[in-house]
Amino acid sequence: MYDFALVFSLPQHARRLTFMALTREQVASIADLARLELAPAEVVALQESLSKILDFVGALDACDTANVAPMAHPLVALSQRLRPDVVTEEDRHEQYQVNAPLTTAALYLVPKVIE
Amino acid sequence: MSDLHRRTLTELAAGLRQRAFSSVELTDELLGRIEASQGALNAFITVTRDTALEAARTADRALEGGGGGPLAGIPIAHKDIFCTAGVRTTCGSRMLDNFVSPYDATVVRRLRNAGAVMLGKTNMDEFAMGSSSETSHYGAVRNPWNRQLVPGGSSGGSAAAVAARLVPGATATDTGGSIRQPAALCGITGIKPTYGRVSRYGMIAFASSLDQGGVLAATAADAALMLREMAGFDANDSTSVDTPVPDYVAALEEPLAGLRIGLLKEFFDKGLDAGYERCVREALKVYESLGARLSEVSLPHLPLSVPVYYVVAPAEASSNLARYDGVRFGHRCENPRDLSDMYRRTRGEGFGAEVKRRIMTGTYVLSAGYYDAYYLKAQRVRALINEDFIRAFREVDVLMGPTTPTPAFAIGAKTADPITMYLNDIYTIGANLAGLPGISVPCGFVQQLPVGLQIVGPHFSEARVLNAAHAFQRATDWHTRVPEGYA
Repeated sequence: MYDFALVFSLPQHARRLTFMALTREQVASIADLARLELAPAEVVALQESLSKILDFVGALDACDTANVAPMAHPLVALSQRLRPDVVTEEDRHEQYQVNAPLTTAALYLVPKVIE
Repeated sequence: MSDLHRRTLTELAAGLRQRAFSSVELTDELLGRIEASQGALNAFITVTRDTALEAARTADRALEGGGGGPLAGIPIAHKDIFCTAGVRTTCGSRMLDNFVSPYDATVVRRLRNAGAVMLGKTNMDEFAMGSSSETSHYGAVRNPWNRQLVPGGSSGGSAAAVAARLVPGATATDTGGSIRQPAALCGITGIKPTYGRVSRYGMIAFASSLDQGGVLAATAADAALMLREMAGFDANDSTSVDTPVPDYVAALEEPLAGLRIGLLKEFFDKGLDAGYERCVREALKVYESLGARLSEVSLPHLPLSVPVYYVVAPAEASSNLARYDGVRFGHRCENPRDLSDMYRRTRGEGFGAEVKRRIMTGTYVLSAGYYDAYYLKAQRVRALINEDFIRAFREVDVLMGPTTPTPAFAIGAKTADPITMYLNDIYTIGANLAGLPGISVPCGFVQQLPVGLQIVGPHFSEARVLNAAHAFQRATDWHTRVPEGYA
């Protein structure tokens, strides 16, 4: 188990890697989920750095969180505000589409999806 | 040669109001300094000379007639994460190299309405992911105190620009320390307000439960002046909090006597540089001499804030950055074979190494089978860290400690091992996880490099935090030091 009390004082290389290092296939499959094309050298580099990061965050396992509710919003007392269901936006597609890589007749163009 | 750049933002506002000099004069001098320093510091991505001079002329006319907002004619810079209509907004990324926002961020609009003159957009870590401003597509920013060193990050361009007196104030954002850490490394003042205090509308999202906009300036009084205009409710941001904004400037001079200061025990650890610690301890003695009461406070879960952050922030980043798909704006790869190829190559080409690493980390911790073990677990520990802070603020008014473990480090020194880089934010991340306001003020030098004192307060205590920082700056002169060559 990773000793999180040492996080402050020990350089990373001095610690033992306890996380099972990711395989090339695992990295490729995460990249696939993230829709990221990676060069072979990037896959190798990520195998090492992601394994280190996952090992590092493994420190959380040692913390007892039984009966602790997950905190998703930093202002716990405030809930997310909803706005009234009214139209507030005007049609500005011409301005928005100035930034688009490819459009025609006010439509965004992408490669053919259905043959 | 004019020396207006030596004045603080507060002094400049008074001088403009008295018509001792014009905004055009001031703007022209600072544009000259920006252009002259660009090769050495690389603090800017875009300089808006023509529109700046035009805005300065408009401000001068308003001031001439006795009008103009509280910041009328004051030149500022925006971190290139804030959308500016008509001026490209890159977020330091190749992905947005050609992006011109169709609208202004609320922060940009509010500062313009207050009369501020935008001189340009500052350089930053790509998508604000970094602690050194080295991951920018537009090259690394350099520290004006020593150009071989980093200025900190991710708001390194804004920090270097203020430290080198290219602008009297600049906007910035802080997700894990990106305002306070560069403020400390560049010897200036930087405030990250309470989560929800400053609108995130038009501020490009990195980690939505942590991101908060704020200010970098030479002094706490200057930061108060800018923040007063930036803060406040915005219906366009669903996380904006509808609470009145106190007059931060008026609160600056309130007496400090009786202030209860908690020293964060976990921050004075083995990882803290000995010379850095001496400066911070000296600063605490100054507070004692001003009538504050010091006591040690322990936040036992705080050492886990970095691991919590490196689950929560990448998870939110991987979701936020899913929008960069090459369809509606931003980079698109050449000759895509099909839709999937377009997504993959667009993102593979448009994002740099650190952004890819965060997206990959976030995708992993959110993927089926790992969500509970990583993401939910991190959110539970986040709750424990938050409770530690709440408990501490029952005993003390503010918490103090170092902003960073060491002064500025060399360019390239921490790029090989991401964990080494991540640990630079070890003292700043806690405030983001709990949504608390924090400020860094210059409190000395070690190895001729600036040291930062961090002050963290309860939610919506910006006035008190700025007041405490201002009291320190009335008693010391660290904030008046300017790097050689930029005085």
